[in-house]
Amino acid sequence: MNKRHYIRNSSQDLRLFRWFSAKQCALPTPKMTENGLGHREKVLNMNTMNPNVKRVEYAVRGPIVQRAVQIEKELKEGVKKPFSEVIKANIGDAHAMGQKPITFFRQVVALCAYPDLLEDNKFPDDAKNRARRILQSCGGGSLGAYSASTGIEVIRQDVARYIEKRDGGIPSNPDNIYLSTGASDAIVTMLKLLTSGEGKTRSGVMISIPQYPLYSAALAELAAVQISYYLDEDKCWGLDVSELRRAVEAAREHCKPRALCIINPGNPTGQVQSRQCIEDVIRFAAEERLFLMADEVYQDNVYAEGCQFHSFKKVLFEMGPEYSNTVELASFHSTSKCYMGECGFRGGYMEVINMDPQVKLQLTKLVSVRLCPPIPGQVLLDLVVNPPRPDEPSYATFIKERTANLEILAEKAKLTEQIFNTVSGIRCNPVQGAMYTFPRLTLPEKAIAAAKEKGQAPDMFYCMKLLEETGICLVPGSGFGQRDGTHHFRMTILPATEKLKIVLENIRAFHKRFTEEFS
Amino acid sequence: MSFLSVREISPKVRSINPTELEPLVKRAAQIKTELTQGVRKSYKDVIDVCWGDPHRGGVKPLTFVRQVLAACMYPQLIHSDKLPVDVRRRAQRLLDVCDGESVGSYTATAGIPYIRSNLARFISRRDGGVPSSPENIFLSSGSQISLTHVLKLLIHNQASLPIGVLTPMSTYSTFKMAVEGLGGAVIPYYLEEERGWELRVEELRRVLREFKDVCNPVALYVINPGNPTGHVQSRTSIEEVIRFAAEERLFLMADEVYQDSIFGEDTEFVSYKKVLSEMGPPLSHQVELASFHSVSKGFMGECGLRGGYVELVNLDPEVKKYIYNIFLTDSSPAVTGQLALDLMVNPPRPGDPSYPVYAQEIKTIKAMLVHNMSRVLEVLNNIPGISCQPITGGAFILPRLHLPQGAVRKAEELGMQPDLWYCKLLLEEAGVCVGPGCEYGQKEGTYHIRLRVLTPVDTMEEVLRRLKNFHLNFLKEFS
Repeated sequence: MNKRHYIRNSSQDLRLFRWFSAKQCALPTPKMTENGLGHREKVLNMNTMNPNVKRVEYAVRGPIVQRAVQIEKELKEGVKKPFSEVIKANIGDAHAMGQKPITFFRQVVALCAYPDLLEDNKFPDDAKNRARRILQSCGGGSLGAYSASTGIEVIRQDVARYIEKRDGGIPSNPDNIYLSTGASDAIVTMLKLLTSGEGKTRSGVMISIPQYPLYSAALAELAAVQISYYLDEDKCWGLDVSELRRAVEAAREHCKPRALCIINPGNPTGQVQSRQCIEDVIRFAAEERLFLMADEVYQDNVYAEGCQFHSFKKVLFEMGPEYSNTVELASFHSTSKCYMGECGFRGGYMEVINMDPQVKLQLTKLVSVRLCPPIPGQVLLDLVVNPPRPDEPSYATFIKERTANLEILAEKAKLTEQIFNTVSGIRCNPVQGAMYTFPRLTLPEKAIAAAKEKGQAPDMFYCMKLLEETGICLVPGSGFGQRDGTHHFRMTILPATEKLKIVLENIRAFHKRFTEEFS
Repeated sequence: MSFLSVREISPKVRSINPTELEPLVKRAAQIKTELTQGVRKSYKDVIDVCWGDPHRGGVKPLTFVRQVLAACMYPQLIHSDKLPVDVRRRAQRLLDVCDGESVGSYTATAGIPYIRSNLARFISRRDGGVPSSPENIFLSSGSQISLTHVLKLLIHNQASLPIGVLTPMSTYSTFKMAVEGLGGAVIPYYLEEERGWELRVEELRRVLREFKDVCNPVALYVINPGNPTGHVQSRTSIEEVIRFAAEERLFLMADEVYQDSIFGEDTEFVSYKKVLSEMGPPLSHQVELASFHSVSKGFMGECGLRGGYVELVNLDPEVKKYIYNIFLTDSSPAVTGQLALDLMVNPPRPGDPSYPVYAQEIKTIKAMLVHNMSRVLEVLNNIPGISCQPITGGAFILPRLHLPQGAVRKAEELGMQPDLWYCKLLLEEAGVCVGPGCEYGQKEGTYHIRLRVLTPVDTMEEVLRRLKNFHLNFLKEFS
């Protein structure tokens, strides 16, 4: 048997050469006492563990959340606190904050899960028809069968049709659609795909500051280089191409820039990029030969007047063949946000445009390793891209629920901006879209010093204190990235309106107290 | 020229060996379409016994599981008297532990704490009281993901030699792909076919000796019950493997997803954790072990729901702090998969309204496996040129093809592995899709096919009939 047959790597790979000429890596030797037993060092210890794992941080579920969970336990055990509940305004989870699921969607997935319900006359006909159509495309007519690793074909076709409709008729090919376990799965897969090199040849990936920390976490784990570009807080978190240029030019000294990630509408900042800005970004990506990754999971969450969601794909194609034939783009969407908020189903997709066919083969191979995305998530995605039509029985309820969810979010976005801007020391940009506010805090010098003593970022210090005193859990801005010397927090606008009002009031009161305490 | 060309793609990704099944599966789908379009063939349908996907193959989901899931997804059903009381109660209990009482919420990264506790209780029950802590249990969207996460901890590229993972030949391809995709090296060890695909420690020793200078072996991956071999390890064998892992300082990864699929008489599944614990100190405190389970196999067969977990035993406390980091980028595991795990470890009990139906469904599946196993052996061992080891567990059988020289030569002329070529012909001429042995790994010069035994009885019968006819004609043509 040929050893080389199994220890295989790509033919150009230097490592193959090194394997046969290098010395064996020394393993830590076990500590032995005289009789041969005694304390042994673990096989998997801090020296042998993949060091990239240590670099992974994800503030949205980080230490402050762990403390919040602890406090919840304490409350349950009867420990007295100045508040009766922990309000988790740290994570973009609408259902957790009381938003109700879309009735039609849940009816169809329930029918798919237990097809005997197709005989139940309590379910509307259009829901039943959808369920039947979906079950026909599942192996053995069951949600429990694996699908192709890129997703159920019929659903990919429906996604393509949705994209075409959304983008005014610009064609979408189902072969370019990859269903995924939430958008995160597809984003991480793309990053995995384009990460290579060592030292100065390491792949560099551009991401905004502030950013959704999935990107920084994934890049840390992959040992790729994060190329940060700053959004302009004074211009409502707008993006200037000159900043992109600055960032990429500086980065070329120590890495190979490969991709540009942009989140639109933005997380945590909520800005909805103008069409002009999107064109500028596309032109920049073309000039610098960067693969564009457009995270558009909040595409239905647009509230501010004068703001509109423009998909990167649509703008790209409207810029004409010079760009639409060359710029390489991956657009991401999911079932977790917008008006449906179905995070737990882990439904999502990416559409790849102008991807090199050889690269696409590698991508298809890579996704097959994780087998397939959860079928219930694929089903839910199908309903999102294929909701009840105006002539269908479930339409009236559907459109009422959808509209209500989005309207309430818009109201809360406005309310949040208004109230925060009445607090001296808090400055809040309009929440144009998405689900968050990212206000800027003015913190007294003494507070910053106190934070330093504790070894905490000042906004972490602030948020921890807020949590302990009010039970409100936010995520400090340092978890998302921000300009040096500035402090922020990210709060979701998801709690029910009455509760949100109380939260905003409590934060206002806290901020006043905090400022006084540290003046 | 592309911005992103293959040259720029991660070499680890490029190094992943693709599956051999892809073209076979594509062709099977094409033939299905041709049949619906009226193209004439000597068979009326394509029977797929290639995948480890019971539902696709016609096995029905468990009623209780699907009723509870439906009620969780559409809670109005909890107030409907169309569903049994215990279903409704369970659905309510599960919704109580979901944020906002919705299965659409994120959960804790490691999984819903209530379900982790129930899994710990299940494991302890299964293992005759050996303690299990929820803190050591991490849920994921399918066991492939938790397997990959554990590999991520173990595999790095800091040393000059790749990290090696001892992997059984035969095994399913996505594990090998996961190791390669992380930049690790698969160190293949062979199972002893003539002894029912037994795992022999001498073989592990041999393989370590041989590969020690080209890679840094760090982990030993075992599948028990075996996939695709169907071998169920004896307690003695497990003890030997544990001792070997301890001596050679290997991290043990025990894939036990088929633990409920035991059908051999006098065959018992005993978990690696239980054996390890019963071996006593120092081994019971030293050997690092990750055990994997999922809802995809066993009686549930819920592959599409993506529910799995890993239990970590004896991990370095410093390392444990970082396990969480690896799971973070998934956000949280699919809720439907988590719920299915709970239903798997807490099925209806005698006295529950759903118990009679549940018990009958389990009985039917068990009977299917027992029947198919003996039928398959009986038929295949009586076909000249096919020999088959007895199986006592799992979902597959891996019969050996003793191909005539003429056939091997023909395959080589076509530039194909002989068993892959055999499978292609079997698909074209008989409408049966099975997996080729080269996909899973086998001793050089041997050829096998893999068939799923977890298949309705009449489908299995039809598969055997078509396979027998095909094989006899094949022998005629190539002898």
